[in-house]
Amino acid sequence: MIRMTSLSFTLAAAAMVAAPAAAQAPKKGGELKFAVSAEPPNYDCHGATSFAFIHPVRPHYSTLLKFDAPKYPKIKGDLAESWTVTEDGLTYTFKLRSNVKFHDGTPMTAADVKASYERIVNPPAGVVSIRKAAYSDITAIETPDPHTVIFKLKAPNASMLTNFASPWDCIYSAAKLKADPKFPEKNILGTGPFKFVEHAAGSHWVGARSADYYEAGKPYLDGFRAFFITNAAARVNALQAGEVLTEFRGLAPAERDKLTKALGDKVEVLESPWVCNLVVTFNTEKKPFDDARVRRALSLAIDRWKGAEALSKIALVRHVGGVLRPGYELAASDAELAKLPGWSKDVAKSREEAKKLLKEAGVSDLKFKFTNRNIPMPYTPVGVFLINEWRQIGVAVEHEQLETRLYTNALRSGNFEAGLDFNCDHVDDPSLQLIKFISADKSSINFGRYNDRKLDELYEKQARATDPKERYRLIREFEAHALQEAYTFPTIWWHRIIVQWKQIKGWDITPSHYLNQDLADVWLNQ
Amino acid sequence: MLRYTAKRILLMVPTLIGVAILVFILLRLAPGDIVELKLLAEGGRVSPEALATERARLGLDKSYWLQFVDWMAGLAVFDFGISMWTGRPVIDEISSRLGLSLQVAIMATILATAIAIPLGTLAALYKDTWVDHVVRVFAIAGLAVPSFWLGMLLIMGLLLTFNWIPPLTYTPIYKDPLGNLAQLIWPALAVGYRYSAVAARMTRSTVIEVLQEDYIRTARAKGVYERLVVARHAMRNALLPVITVIGLEFAFLIGGLVVTEQVFNLNGIGKLFVQTVTRGDYTMVQALVMLIAAFFIVINLLVDLLYAALDPRIRYR
Repeated sequence: MIRMTSLSFTLAAAAMVAAPAAAQAPKKGGELKFAVSAEPPNYDCHGATSFAFIHPVRPHYSTLLKFDAPKYPKIKGDLAESWTVTEDGLTYTFKLRSNVKFHDGTPMTAADVKASYERIVNPPAGVVSIRKAAYSDITAIETPDPHTVIFKLKAPNASMLTNFASPWDCIYSAAKLKADPKFPEKNILGTGPFKFVEHAAGSHWVGARSADYYEAGKPYLDGFRAFFITNAAARVNALQAGEVLTEFRGLAPAERDKLTKALGDKVEVLESPWVCNLVVTFNTEKKPFDDARVRRALSLAIDRWKGAEALSKIALVRHVGGVLRPGYELAASDAELAKLPGWSKDVAKSREEAKKLLKEAGVSDLKFKFTNRNIPMPYTPVGVFLINEWRQIGVAVEHEQLETRLYTNALRSGNFEAGLDFNCDHVDDPSLQLIKFISADKSSINFGRYNDRKLDELYEKQARATDPKERYRLIREFEAHALQEAYTFPTIWWHRIIVQWKQIKGWDITPSHYLNQDLADVWLNQ
Repeated sequence: MLRYTAKRILLMVPTLIGVAILVFILLRLAPGDIVELKLLAEGGRVSPEALATERARLGLDKSYWLQFVDWMAGLAVFDFGISMWTGRPVIDEISSRLGLSLQVAIMATILATAIAIPLGTLAALYKDTWVDHVVRVFAIAGLAVPSFWLGMLLIMGLLLTFNWIPPLTYTPIYKDPLGNLAQLIWPALAVGYRYSAVAARMTRSTVIEVLQEDYIRTARAKGVYERLVVARHAMRNALLPVITVIGLEFAFLIGGLVVTEQVFNLNGIGKLFVQTVTRGDYTMVQALVMLIAAFFIVINLLVDLLYAALDPRIRYR
């Protein structure tokens, strides 16, 4: 009897361990409160660039496609139920869901998608379309029926499908755009999971569940409330007190540690590499930065590997990579990186070469001013780190930290010698990340004021390369040339840290703070 | 007195015009503009044409003279224009925040006055005793400790002791008195402490000075109770300079609590001021500077009129 009881017990215990834990069913209800460190200047997705816009506004809108956050970078349909792409990559056909309504009750049709994309591709007078260039291959948008949209391209574009999943491509009402092309700047009328309720300038933003949302049963939340808390300490305090349950951009390591120490198992920490990095840019119109030897020397001097390890303890940088985020399928492997000037693990040898190059260039006693933003995280620590690395090869650098408006102007107007710039995107995509490196007459974010036709040619080729192996090869060639010339070179890639109260379920971290913000899948376990 | 008041009000006009010219010039001396910040600072890839279009929309392509004339013409009819950052009327942006800033200023003033005058008077009456020393330490500490730092300590104390912080959003006192006070009592305390330190020291000095006057000795010699000597004869004269200090501090509080508002996450005029200066939102900054200048001028006038009301020897012509 005892033996049988033991056996029964053992079998039962084994069964419990073997059976997978049943996933908790999402619960409906509750208001998600979160902090945002800045506020959007207006409500127009097509003219916006900041996470401060995405976090409060995105839940009100849908896009054609979106990223499947748990399976990033996989794409899934949002307003599009299905889609096909022709063999030649010139025609994209989207079948739209038929049960989608705007928050005023009017049905969403292909005409709305067409009007929205025409606004992006050919913005009317007075409308700013930030991402117009990304859609320059679109030659026509057809709507053969109310639930089919066809995009015709002039040439194959390896990033086109990714572009259609951009969180900035909000679909607006064609009728409203016809009446006033600037309607979205001051009005919110979308098809997203949440209706707009209130924006108290400087204070908070409120959204409430849309009963008409196309996905039955969603959203789970009754609503959300975003608090605009500009001060970092105040944000952390609000998180600690539970006044907000999360903040979707990212915290510094010290903030994470403070919260986990104070709150223990009430919170969980989500971490991910980030599609953001800081790059050093030289003003090639100013001597001696017109000399590739000088630029390359300054890259060789940096011990990125040790720097990443040390800085990751105090700043939100961690990963060593080249022109693309390490870990992304098209990024260079560590072995490939180690061959690039500035990425070798033998930093002593690299620094010797750097000194030699400076001597050849006639600037062994180089002194210059390094222009940086006066934002503590991560600009200040990375700036200080770089200056120290340069000191190791005898270069004296003055650290000039400017507030954002002055910094942006300095870089744009060429009123700088060398600067710490950034490269942040909503997705891993070479056609986005590599824009920073191509010629100034083709890229409005090239502050180095140089033209390099080889880089332009390689960029164009990789953008058209639909074969991943060929694209990889072209990107490696681009990277090798870009880092050899070193007009602009990456430092260390960022690391995203989110601390959220455990009640929050259904939100998955991705390498971008612009993604997965429609909150359709989020629920509160309370 | 009426003539004097009218003259002072009329003098506001050239003063404000001078302030307007100064702020207009100073703002445009710094490089960079709001268009670059709005469209490029977060990595936006915008063509030079788009930047030019946006500049034209905001009137930044006009000459400085035309920009100034447009602005002054608007001011003359109390039209402060549109915020270059949000596109909303400047008046709306300011009015949605003014209530909070005014309330913090009033609460801090009440707290400061209620603390400073009794303490300052006690210190003067018990000069060089332990009472005086305690009050002086209280006052010096108040002057030495920045109000935003005291605010940070208050928040930390609340968080660590009660796991609670003041509400994040402002509700007017008539809608939710408890919620309103729960949010604003803490910044009022943090700011009021420093304010009371200044006023307490001033009160102490002036009361000591007045208590040495001949008429005080005469009153005592005539057998008037000490309490009446202080309350009826000394305080009325001693408070005159204190009123000036309190008045000027109050005017400062309206737009000056920049860091304190950040610490307590208050959506007030101080925080708005910093944001708009950082952004280069010319219309907003200009309007805010004019508002605060007007406040200072009006408060100064009221203080002067109060002086005359309290002291019959003072008559303005």
